[in-house]
Amino acid sequence: MSEQLTKLRKLSELMVKANPGDHFHALGMRFTAVEEGGAKMQLPYSDAIVGNPETGVVHGGVITALLDSCCGFAAISCLDHLCFCPTLDLRIDYMGMAVPGRTIYAEARVYRSTRHVIFCRGKAYQDDPQKPLAYCVANFAQLDPEVVKNLDAQIVAVLDSMEDAG
Amino acid sequence: MSAMAEAAHRARADADLSPVIEAIPYARLLGIRASHRGELLFHLPPKPGNVGNPTLPALHGGAIGGFLELSGALHLVMTMDVLRIPKVVDFSIDYVRAGRLQDTHAACHVVRQGRKLVNVAIQAWQDSREEPIATARAHFLLE
Repeated sequence: MSEQLTKLRKLSELMVKANPGDHFHALGMRFTAVEEGGAKMQLPYSDAIVGNPETGVVHGGVITALLDSCCGFAAISCLDHLCFCPTLDLRIDYMGMAVPGRTIYAEARVYRSTRHVIFCRGKAYQDDPQKPLAYCVANFAQLDPEVVKNLDAQIVAVLDSMEDAG
Repeated sequence: MSAMAEAAHRARADADLSPVIEAIPYARLLGIRASHRGELLFHLPPKPGNVGNPTLPALHGGAIGGFLELSGALHLVMTMDVLRIPKVVDFSIDYVRAGRLQDTHAACHVVRQGRKLVNVAIQAWQDSREEPIATARAHFLLE
């Protein structure tokens, strides 16, 4: 495995675990795979994320958060340095309703990366990846090289300190 | 009449969305509030559970998206004679400024109401309404 990929996988762990009580914890999102230019996540069902109390169906905002996170990480995974890319915009088309009680999975891929913008696509599904609950397109901004010049080293320092702490 | 239809009916009669908000677990998770003084507005108080980036700190893009999608749906519950929470068909959001961990507000505008589908525009801001942090649009299905 490339050194960069190892760092990215550690960063994905850090992102969802490092800040107890944040939005990743509130919803229960976590990464299940990180590759170059792609990411996978999952979100178990919980009562707290229900948007319709009469049916128990999860709120669309939860799927927005999952796909934004998944596409966002796919975006940074195609760079040769550790960085964060702010979401420019995101569109979600809901194909079907999530079945209450079941885990929601998300997959995202970068389909084009340019100097300023990274273009991603993603989908969310439950049992069958061929029958998505939702498709999304999301674009991310590449931060100014001057701004991110020291970010890679700073992130690596945090990852190393986490490792030392066990 | 279902519990949700009753809550929606009561909310419209009293110009107070709290019974509907209290009934929706995800609305409580976000901490959304509504006010109805001349104009129906939605509010998202700063809450650690909505943070996505702790170093800034900034709200998670998904929390902002969820807040706007929910605002759109609640706007329809309050302004139309719906018996259920409207279903979202599609949702699109532009993030135009960083969403810092502070009070966030949203206003909705029904662009077009068809027989079944409604197009809603939603705008979010923090310090000043003239400087939005995000703009969104959605189609909702009324059943």
